[in-house]
Amino acid sequence: MTTYLLRGVRPLGADPVDLLLADGVIADVGPDLAADGAVIVDGAGLVALPGLVDLHAHLREPGREDAETVASGTRAAAAGGFTAVHAMANTSPVADTAGVVEQVWRLGREAGWVDVHPVGAVTVGIAGERLAELGAMADSAARVRVFSDDGHCVSDAVLMRRALEYVKASDGVIAQHAQEPRPTEGAQMHEGDVSSVLGLAGWPAVAEEAIIARDVLLAQHVGSRLHVCHVSTAGSVEILRWAKGRGVDVTAEVTPHHLLLTDELVRTYDPRYKVNPPLRSDADVQALRAGLADGTIDAVATDHAPHASEDKDCEWAAAAMGMTGLETALSAVVEAMVDTGLLDWAGVADRMSVRPARIGRLEHQGQPLTVGSPANLTLVDPVGRWQVDPAASASASRNTPFAGRTLHGRVIATFLRGRATVLDGELTGP
Amino acid sequence: MRHLLSAADLDRDAALRVLDTAEQMAATQQREIKKLPTLRGRTVVNLFFEDSTRTRISFEAAAKRLSADVINFSAKGSSVSKGESLKDTALTLEAMGADAVVVRHGASGGAHRLATSGWINGSVVNAGDGTHEHPTQALLDAFTMRHHLVGQREPGAATGEDLAGRKVTIVGDVLHSRVARSNVLLLHTLGAEVTLVAPPTLLPVGVQTWPCATSYDLDSALEGADAVMMLRVQVERMNAAYFPSAREYSRRYGLDARRLRLMAEHTIVMHPGPMNRGLEISADAADSARSTIVEQVSNGVSVRMAVLYLLLAGSDDVDGGTA
Ligand SMILES: [Zn+2]
Repeated sequence: MTTYLLRGVRPLGADPVDLLLADGVIADVGPDLAADGAVIVDGAGLVALPGLVDLHAHLREPGREDAETVASGTRAAAAGGFTAVHAMANTSPVADTAGVVEQVWRLGREAGWVDVHPVGAVTVGIAGERLAELGAMADSAARVRVFSDDGHCVSDAVLMRRALEYVKASDGVIAQHAQEPRPTEGAQMHEGDVSSVLGLAGWPAVAEEAIIARDVLLAQHVGSRLHVCHVSTAGSVEILRWAKGRGVDVTAEVTPHHLLLTDELVRTYDPRYKVNPPLRSDADVQALRAGLADGTIDAVATDHAPHASEDKDCEWAAAAMGMTGLETALSAVVEAMVDTGLLDWAGVADRMSVRPARIGRLEHQGQPLTVGSPANLTLVDPVGRWQVDPAASASASRNTPFAGRTLHGRVIATFLRGRATVLDGELTGP
Repeated sequence: MRHLLSAADLDRDAALRVLDTAEQMAATQQREIKKLPTLRGRTVVNLFFEDSTRTRISFEAAAKRLSADVINFSAKGSSVSKGESLKDTALTLEAMGADAVVVRHGASGGAHRLATSGWINGSVVNAGDGTHEHPTQALLDAFTMRHHLVGQREPGAATGEDLAGRKVTIVGDVLHSRVARSNVLLLHTLGAEVTLVAPPTLLPVGVQTWPCATSYDLDSALEGADAVMMLRVQVERMNAAYFPSAREYSRRYGLDARRLRLMAEHTIVMHPGPMNRGLEISADAADSARSTIVEQVSNGVSVRMAVLYLLLAGSDDVDGGTA
């Protein structure tokens, strides 16, 4: 196995030091380490972070291989600095049995770009009626710890309570897509000033906040662990802050696009900006940033949602909801959080690697960059600029909301257990 | 002017240019030979994803009186559902060499998408998109108001004038109304003061940012109004709890004989059609001498002639040659 000597990198933005990666671990850390046959990576000016961990990606396989496969999605992940992704369960067939989660897990192993951790469905077929075999998925080779009906809210309070209780046996967590169904029937965008003008059916903030409020109380009542997917409103941040203050075992994620984009973009009626939960107001964006900065929101998760071009090349109402995000996530966080002074690099590592790994119970991810840790890390040029070209994406889909935009911060190298998946800013081979 | 997608595309000068041109068009329609040679050799496509015979006929008459070739393309049922997509339809029209596409679409933003996606090169006229806008309806409404309230019903007398200080009350299902959205924007541009009246359930969240006032009380909003526009209300809305019953809606927000008497002498009654007689408007109101409802239809042709003319023939001297 190739040994890498990372020369003069700045771990979490600290003073430059050398890192030696050998046998899948960080073998040595210090100034002026001897090369001894290692491949030398010039890390001058580069920030070293633990490999990024995504709690929320749609890899679309099985079922929609025209939009993404585990292989293409994980290439995109590696290019974006990730070493682990959670693959959402709303595939076809749904990942609601040990068989399907093991299939996805195996596809991830075969592709070899990042660790793929399947998310198991909470209910059979994501139909919201009866529990899927959560224990079997937890005990499978895929060792599922995160369960979600993402795309659909577990809106039945009894079912949600039971799910929260049941997964305690395997140290699991229910990741809720918080969306009260009735007030969001036919919803097309955030309900507010812009929707009133555009005549698009509104997705009110309260439909998210009401579910989060209910769920944190349920989680407290039964003493369970709750994770809230893609928090998008200022009110949600306040409820989470309140719940954490009361000691509720709740964690939450925010997407890169909700940190950077607002519903003003919907004025173009360009379906690239159609996403669920919808892009919200600038006040929401500011509250989400503040929540991520103070730790009320634990993690950035991409909600990478690739779609075939015909599902976006149409009128707004007919378009699918979702945006790609794996390749742009870190840059979006740099622009929203680092450039604004809200997070330092240690903070970025915490919200994009350490905490998501802890939420997903991943023992080999999100570890400190110290001797003996698994060599899962990424090197970032903090002042690098790059222009997003959808055609150049490693994802099989092109529905990025950042097309043509110049982003800050470039991933230069990614290492998965000491093996380079990205080097000199380019994908290598698995 | 390249497209007409929203009433917001028109500033005061551009709006007046349409209304004044429409006055000229109306004058030509009094002649024995109504047909003008202006758009000879040009192709106008009426692309209707929703049934709306009255709007389609109005545009068709407008285009034909300007000597354009008219193609009616009914794509009903293919909106929003899978099937022939908006894009494929657009590419077909482009291949036919459409100079202008008049589009009615069930999805808000349908016309916008057609105009900005690069699928076609011709001008796009929004003939109603979902619950978003219907700008030519607002133009014909403004034309009608100007004729009555500014020009004292004298043809051409209001040319060059806006609606400054005129008070317009718009009543009904604002939430789902493309007519209301376009009217609020255009009337504001023309200096009128608009009050929207509806049950709170039928005013959109965010309406407070619109350039108009709102009220839940129709009687008080009739006082001082120069024009009262009743919007169509679908009875099915009560099934979604927007209001309890047709009877209660009609009692609180319908225009009937009693309310007609609350209006000033000169106040006109408008409705974009089709009407639900007995729900939002009683027969007394619809058929009263104040009613401009039939006149709105003929004004629609003049206004649409003006729009097509300015988009296809008059653009060089309108917006610096952006045709
Ligand atoms: Zn979701």
